[in-house]
Amino acid sequence: MQRKVRDNKAWFLVLPVFILVAFSAIVPIMTVVNYSVQDIFDQNTAYFVGAEWYREMLRNPALLDSLGRQFFFSFSVLAIEVPLGILIALVMPTKGRMAAVSLILVAIPLLIPWNVVGTIWQIFSRADIGLFGYAVNAVGIDYNYTSDPTAAWLTVLLMDVWHWTPLIALLCYSGLRAIPEAFYQAARIDRASKWAIFRHIQLPRLKSVLVIGVLLRFMDSFMIYTEPFVLTGGGPGNSTTFLSQALTQMAIGQFDIGPAAAFSLIYYLIVLLVCYAFFTAINQLDKAK
Amino acid sequence: MAEIRLKSLAHSYKSKPTSPNDYAIREMNHVWHQGGAYALLGPSGCGKSTLLNIISGLLSPSNGEVLFDGKKVNDIPPEERNIAQVFQFPVVYDSMTVFDNLAFPLRNMKMSEDKVHSRVIEIAAVLELSDLLKNKAKNLTADEKQKVSMGRGLVRSDVSAILFDEPLTVIDPHLKWKLRRKLKQIHEQFNITMVYVTHDQLEASTFADKIAVMYGGQIVQFGTPRELFEKPNHAFVGYFIGSPGMNLIKAKKCKGGLMFNNTLVQLNPEMQVLLDPITTSNIKIGIRPEFVHVWDDKAEGAFECDVLHTEDLGTYKIITMKLDGEVLKVRIHEDRIVPTKKAYISFPEQWLKVYVDEYLVDIDEPEDEVKETI
Ligand SMILES: Nc1ncnc2c1ncn2[C@@H]1O[C@H](COP(=O)(O)OP(=O)(O)O)[C@@H](O)[C@H]1O
Ligand SMILES: [Mg+2]
Repeated sequence: MQRKVRDNKAWFLVLPVFILVAFSAIVPIMTVVNYSVQDIFDQNTAYFVGAEWYREMLRNPALLDSLGRQFFFSFSVLAIEVPLGILIALVMPTKGRMAAVSLILVAIPLLIPWNVVGTIWQIFSRADIGLFGYAVNAVGIDYNYTSDPTAAWLTVLLMDVWHWTPLIALLCYSGLRAIPEAFYQAARIDRASKWAIFRHIQLPRLKSVLVIGVLLRFMDSFMIYTEPFVLTGGGPGNSTTFLSQALTQMAIGQFDIGPAAAFSLIYYLIVLLVCYAFFTAINQLDKAK
Repeated sequence: MAEIRLKSLAHSYKSKPTSPNDYAIREMNHVWHQGGAYALLGPSGCGKSTLLNIISGLLSPSNGEVLFDGKKVNDIPPEERNIAQVFQFPVVYDSMTVFDNLAFPLRNMKMSEDKVHSRVIEIAAVLELSDLLKNKAKNLTADEKQKVSMGRGLVRSDVSAILFDEPLTVIDPHLKWKLRRKLKQIHEQFNITMVYVTHDQLEASTFADKIAVMYGGQIVQFGTPRELFEKPNHAFVGYFIGSPGMNLIKAKKCKGGLMFNNTLVQLNPEMQVLLDPITTSNIKIGIRPEFVHVWDDKAEGAFECDVLHTEDLGTYKIITMKLDGEVLKVRIHEDRIVPTKKAYISFPEQWLKVYVDEYLVDIDEPEDEVKETI
């Protein structure tokens, strides 16, 4: 039997990681926590206010509005991008030159900087000079995203779908490629229908990439900022003012650092909570015999 | 129920094959009779899976025909061929229970739920899966999964043949034997044609009544395990079957027999006549280690060899010898005296084979047996 060595030298091995994590995550977050419990007037004048800012933020109608808008937006994004991404992955060619060509075409939106995406759609959707906006009006639909809240909201949604569905498609495409040929062969021998193949072979094997895809898309869409900011500036009215934009307006525009910090943390907790709930639900489903 | 006939079948994965090396299956004629238990034996890469996939219809051959009971099925997709196939690595539908997995092919045939139920219960009992029927297939062990894969083939009452592609690769050795017995029982019980692919000769001979040995995209011999052992039709069969395989020595024609280095191996006059018209230089002498006669002492006409080493394998011993520069393996029974430095051996005429361009020069039946069944 070997005797156990009992000292704490091993901690030195994790120390570099610990320091790195501290500086990259813990210190910045703690700064925000610090702001969120104080009322700061200037560099030398600050009062401890406890949970006051949190209470106030949770009662702020403008923020609650944008929170609701945010949830609705994120769920719309997921409801469209996930099925659409799967569908695109299923029809993408698997062999030959067309496979490479289609991969590049699908990946293009992902390679465009976010503010450029906003600009592209701002011009593309304009009713007077934009190809898309003009075309929609030409078929007789009254469409103007700068004045009509619904149109603005739909345009932001459409832009996000255009920008991010490729991510889901590419994830699913790689997931599909990882399914061994024998599964399809066995399915043919078993006379499985196309739907059965999707339901019982492809979908179960896409699950892990879809979990990642859904989480990424949820977090990302929940924190969307740049594209709607460039496209609509949050308007008309507040119709496309999402959470991060409301937050920025408060922190930078009005310089309410304390409330903004409190709200940031609430925001952060919501994202964390939703992801955790989703992840746990999936795992529970998995374990069920 | 069906007899499966392959007529001038050839297949290349290349769209424009130029040389014979481009073919995974070289022109082949073969018949699998209704109700047989067959093994398809050959080394990795010789085209076994390709051949199975062509029979089941997953792959469409570049040349030739596949006939079921005399009817050409080249254009019939696997879904309509009434053939089941089990693959090397288990395929189960993860999200379904074991019961639903087994029921899957039946439900796809629109069989009534009553019948599905009784069929599944029956096959699950045969494969000893009854206790697992309610479990999700995903959580099974590798060999349980493979049993489920097999079960999906066996459960179908419409199949005329089941093709197994190295199905026991992932299975534990002790379970392997049991499952093979099980398949054999099922074969006897249901009278289904079974083709069992393997690269393991022991597996082939315990499962099959008749073994097709495949090499380089061709079936080089089709026969009972005994025929393959006693009379290998092709040098490869001699080498591949048996442990150790046949001794094969390159030789040249000369007066009175065949010569290698300075050693003359005498052949009977009949054989000499058969070899007379042959012009190729690819001639080999073949003798199985079991059939080499070892003399206790110097003897008339025996070859003198140097003994290199001896392996004791329990009931028998394998002696490696050197005869005029050629290494030979000799297998003797455990209670025979083991020669130490020198050994005296001879090759009994009955067991001495001659291979010309890899094929056996056959005295008894110069006609090719395989061809005659086509
Ligand atoms: N899908 C394929 N595409 C191209 N070549 C293949 C393919 N499948 C098999 N081959 C080739 O065909 C030959 C026979 O393969 P296979 O039938 O799988 O052999 P086995 O099952 O006896 O190991 C091998 O040389 C292999 O490389
Ligand atoms: Mg194979």
